[in-house]
Amino acid sequence: MRHLINILDLTTEEIDQLVRTACDIIDNPVKYRDICRYKKLATLFFEPSTRTRLSFEAAMLELGGSVLGFSEASSSSASKGESVADTVKVVSAYADIIAMRHPKEGAPMVAATKSDVPIINAGDGGHYHPTQTLTDLLTIAREKGTFENLTIGLCGDLKFGRTVHSLIAAMSRYTGVKFVLISPVELKLPGYVKADYIKSKGIPYEQTTSLEAALPSLDVLYMTRVQRERFFNEEDYLRLKDSYVLTPEKMQLAKKDMIVLHPLPRVNEISTAVDDDPRAAYFRQAKNGKYIRMALILKLLEEI
Amino acid sequence: MRVDEIKNGIVIDHIEGGKSMDIYDLLQLGTFDCPVAILRNVPSRKMGKKDIIKIDGHFDIDFNLLGFISPTITVDIINDGHVTEKKHIDLPEKVMDIIKCKNPRCISSVEQEIHHIFYLADRQKGIYRCTYCDAKA
Repeated sequence: MRHLINILDLTTEEIDQLVRTACDIIDNPVKYRDICRYKKLATLFFEPSTRTRLSFEAAMLELGGSVLGFSEASSSSASKGESVADTVKVVSAYADIIAMRHPKEGAPMVAATKSDVPIINAGDGGHYHPTQTLTDLLTIAREKGTFENLTIGLCGDLKFGRTVHSLIAAMSRYTGVKFVLISPVELKLPGYVKADYIKSKGIPYEQTTSLEAALPSLDVLYMTRVQRERFFNEEDYLRLKDSYVLTPEKMQLAKKDMIVLHPLPRVNEISTAVDDDPRAAYFRQAKNGKYIRMALILKLLEEI
Repeated sequence: MRVDEIKNGIVIDHIEGGKSMDIYDLLQLGTFDCPVAILRNVPSRKMGKKDIIKIDGHFDIDFNLLGFISPTITVDIINDGHVTEKKHIDLPEKVMDIIKCKNPRCISSVEQEIHHIFYLADRQKGIYRCTYCDAKA
């Protein structure tokens, strides 16, 4: 039995397999619509989330399965003080696979040690969010046709942005990749992420506070939101939240085939005027999230 | 100050100054009947100050755990008044339930009956990280 806690739990070959399967699902949806008939996915969301939960549920429904679960801790036994371990022991008796989001870092790992069914980490605080990374990878694969020889700009909250850390970890395994880290000084990429995934592998990188300066060289621009819930101090959040705003004027500085990704939801960091630019791939990315989760569910249920 | 030489026992030397009580607690030396001497802030050419623990008796301990507390530690096994063995102290790959994670966002801060586990992330620098949240020890 396999779990997915961290994107690095998957080899690059397994990621290729998931991407291939997701592409096949997109091309041949009918082939997959009954594979998970009579199977149940439990979505245990101890922290609210719209798109991740709905994309998991849509994924299971499109595979012919059913879903059950809760969408916030207050509607679960966690509000009565039940531990993650106990919740998972009980739920794994009812479902065939579990997707868990929890505000505490490491909660899905605890769940994996107690569960009789596969656990998918659907986000644990500021730590990991591997299915978002799979979504990002599928989008890069479909939009750029390769993971190699890409210059990837990551912009915004690189300190608390778990999707950024996971994407760097995943992309650092491909050849010819270069990172451009664009953030305010206060939200710089943590030293250990840089040390573990960039410096130790000799991957070229640049660090800058200027989005405009970085844009011309990028093949992929990964924008992120400064997340209020990651700050203990409201003042710091207010000061930093609008550090970067991508506008049509700034897009003129970018390559004609650059793509803009964003894990969504966005607030102000991408002007809605950019949405009509064909390089704005973030809504296509959100759609890809469902397909890659379908592929992942199939893999963990050993259907592929 | 004079502490008698021990005939049969263990000398834990080169402990970072001030950490001898951590080791005393970790090894639960207070539960033994044999004499235990703790020397604190002993002048040392290499370390400036060091602590030493002398235990007048033999018992089984996980010496690698000592390396986690203070990587400079050396351990001498004494028999009939002579050093018969010098233990090589290495950093353990994993330590369990010795320290707790300080990250308030970590699941180990709230989950009941959880083991507090840290893994060796960088042997050269002696860096341990929480197995749940990856925060530095």
